[in-house]
Amino acid sequence: MPDATLRVSRGDGAAGGQTVDYTVPVAPGMVVLDALHYIQGHLAPDLAVRWNCKAGKCGSCSAEVNGRPRLTCKTRMDDLPKDQPITVMPMKSFPRIKDLVTDVSWNYTVNKKIPAFRPLQDTDWKISQIDVDRVQEFRKCIECFLCQDVCHVIREHDAKAGFGGPRFFVRVAGLELHPLDALNRVGLLKDDLGIGLCNITKCCTEVCPEEIHITDNAIIPLKERVVDQFYDPLTMLFRKIRGR
Amino acid sequence: MTTSYETREHDVLVIGAGGAGLRAAIEALAKGASVGVVCKSLLGKAHTVMAEGGIAAAMANVDTADGWQPHFRDTMRGGKFLNNWRMAQLHAQEAPDRVRELEQWGALFDRTDKGAILQRAFGGHTYKRLCHVGDRTGLEMIRTLQDRGVQLGFDVYMECTVTRLLTESGRLSGAFGYWRENGRFIVFKAKSVVIATGGIGKAWPVTSNSWEYTGDGMTLAFQAGAELMDMEFVQFHPTGMVWPPGVQGLLVTEAVRGEGGILRNKLGERFMEKYDPKRLELSTRDVVARSIYTEVKEGRGTEHGGAYLDISHKPAEYVKKKLPSMYHQFKELADVDITKGPMEVGPTCHYVMGGIRVDAETAQSTLPGLFAAGEAAAGLHGSNRLGGNSLSDLLVFGRRAGLAAAEHAKRVSNTGVSEAQIAEAEKELLAPFSNPNSESPYAVHRDLQKVMQSLVGIFRTAEDLKKAFAELEQLKARAAKASVEGSRLFNPGWHLAGELKSMLTVSEAVALSALARTESRGAHSRIDYPNYDPVWEKKHNIIVREGAAMKRRESPVEEMPEDLKQLAMPD
Repeated sequence: MPDATLRVSRGDGAAGGQTVDYTVPVAPGMVVLDALHYIQGHLAPDLAVRWNCKAGKCGSCSAEVNGRPRLTCKTRMDDLPKDQPITVMPMKSFPRIKDLVTDVSWNYTVNKKIPAFRPLQDTDWKISQIDVDRVQEFRKCIECFLCQDVCHVIREHDAKAGFGGPRFFVRVAGLELHPLDALNRVGLLKDDLGIGLCNITKCCTEVCPEEIHITDNAIIPLKERVVDQFYDPLTMLFRKIRGR
Repeated sequence: MTTSYETREHDVLVIGAGGAGLRAAIEALAKGASVGVVCKSLLGKAHTVMAEGGIAAAMANVDTADGWQPHFRDTMRGGKFLNNWRMAQLHAQEAPDRVRELEQWGALFDRTDKGAILQRAFGGHTYKRLCHVGDRTGLEMIRTLQDRGVQLGFDVYMECTVTRLLTESGRLSGAFGYWRENGRFIVFKAKSVVIATGGIGKAWPVTSNSWEYTGDGMTLAFQAGAELMDMEFVQFHPTGMVWPPGVQGLLVTEAVRGEGGILRNKLGERFMEKYDPKRLELSTRDVVARSIYTEVKEGRGTEHGGAYLDISHKPAEYVKKKLPSMYHQFKELADVDITKGPMEVGPTCHYVMGGIRVDAETAQSTLPGLFAAGEAAAGLHGSNRLGGNSLSDLLVFGRRAGLAAAEHAKRVSNTGVSEAQIAEAEKELLAPFSNPNSESPYAVHRDLQKVMQSLVGIFRTAEDLKKAFAELEQLKARAAKASVEGSRLFNPGWHLAGELKSMLTVSEAVALSALARTESRGAHSRIDYPNYDPVWEKKHNIIVREGAAMKRRESPVEEMPEDLKQLAMPD
């Protein structure tokens, strides 16, 4: 198999960055993360890359490969055009720490705003499989933050304050649809997580490596809940009359 | 003279944020302790996330005859009676409560028709015992624990590596480490430290383990004077991917066999009929791994040197529902549709049964104030771990460690931390920057992996192990000369230079113990001593530091009470 050229973004937050080309021998079934490891091991020992499981289960190795946000551990070299360099850039929506490693701490700050599961009182903990299946989709999120990376509200408008982003709409969906959860997080969605800012372009859904239907199954139903609770005309009238 | 560092103070410092670390932190928080959790990765990325099959707990939701006694018996038999019997008993008794608790914190498991938690069959378990969520049980568990901890309010130090435990007059006083992001130093003052750093698999090239599994916690404990135990028992999971090369070693969950997967050699023979006719594919991991290895070695392996594992006789929809991540893993990484044809699998280094020697009730090591839980601790699994017993181990002994660590913190007062120890730790950490450019840490790591794979693998001999010692000595000398390029800003080469020391320490401990144990038991197979030795059934290998040297001692296996003996022993 011929060698591949990887064009990797190098640099740190302060100094800015430039791309550097590396030639990497290609083995069958090789993924982009393998190529990055080869570079670390043989050409640039200080190349900063985040990764853990190398099996698509931990969501650590997110980057933008040929302009597309992806997990590098699941991006096969033989699926990419062979006649041009493979560009590997860090996620654009988060400040770069170094090379391909970005500061994703904002996500952990958002997560803290979301109240955890609280069970219904006096439940007997019997749950039907149908109810488990319905919510499974949201709970398989591996927190790769690729959806956050492509979300226009974050990427183009950098409106991180007062916004949660697709990852955390998925998390709220996973809690709200838990058959035994007692809390209501709809007010939080509207105010602190700014779900109204999402204009349903579905970019998040497109990049999700877990194939979660983020827009259709999480965001839209949650938006509907916000509308039902806060903008239903009858409810609004009722509120006006009662003065609250 | 020390350079600048920040100082943080906690009653309990937990090192490691996988299942055991998070469960320990939650328990210590609940007891009113101030808790800090340090982890090498981002929160939620720890190895627990990769656990697929499930949590073993005798809830008896599916097989009503199950109870703690059969679970205890299976665990002891699986470990070939080298287990700490009290740990095995506590584990079997407490696991169901730990699972229920997880559910009360929001974890959602697959269900039975009656709405109870569903349980599946697994190797070495007499009854259907593994509570699961498809094949992503670990993810559900870690998210639940993570959210619980955030809610209770622990401080998390992400992407931070501890390189040394600090002691003051024979007692633990804290820990020293650095931020991976910027290379700055940090000192933790703590009354108790819980080590929950997982295993050592990165010393082998074909492994299911992530980069984090470098034996840091065991090395920290060893350096601080605590004892390690049973280090010769390294589990090779029977089914890792063997093709393509990039994914070699990646785990294929035992749940494939639990759901009815069949192993065949290239002649189409169901070879487990030969090695364990009764339990077949659901035999214990040591037996299945050796069987596949033997088939390949004797020329009946697949094209890429493995065995075929086939689940395609089950309906495609069922396979996709019960094993979704396996379906995707093979489809995307190996171009194999597992609903239509077999997978190619072979043994991969997966788990270490040995680790820090702990007290069964409190998870305290032999060093007061130092606790250990999960894979980093020894005892529960004896010479071979059953699938599913790891997640339950994390919960049961994570909780016990957190509880005891919080109580210990209440009893003792803070001591100071030694500036001399901090200065030494700084010097050691910075050495690779001033070493002349002579040795790449990556090259040393690759060579270490070769040594461990070829000389300290599934089958061992005295000759190989002695060779391994000589090689390890050379590698230690090379590691001491490792040099790094670049700055302290997120520098993986520098990080690896530090982790090499841990890997070399645990590798030596494994080889030393493996050479001494002149028998085959569980995961430890000696070609020159292929049988059980009743003398070795009564002995543990203990590894301890004496000055700069590593020494081995022996310690008697604790005798089981008569009633448990009746329960556990073969009929």
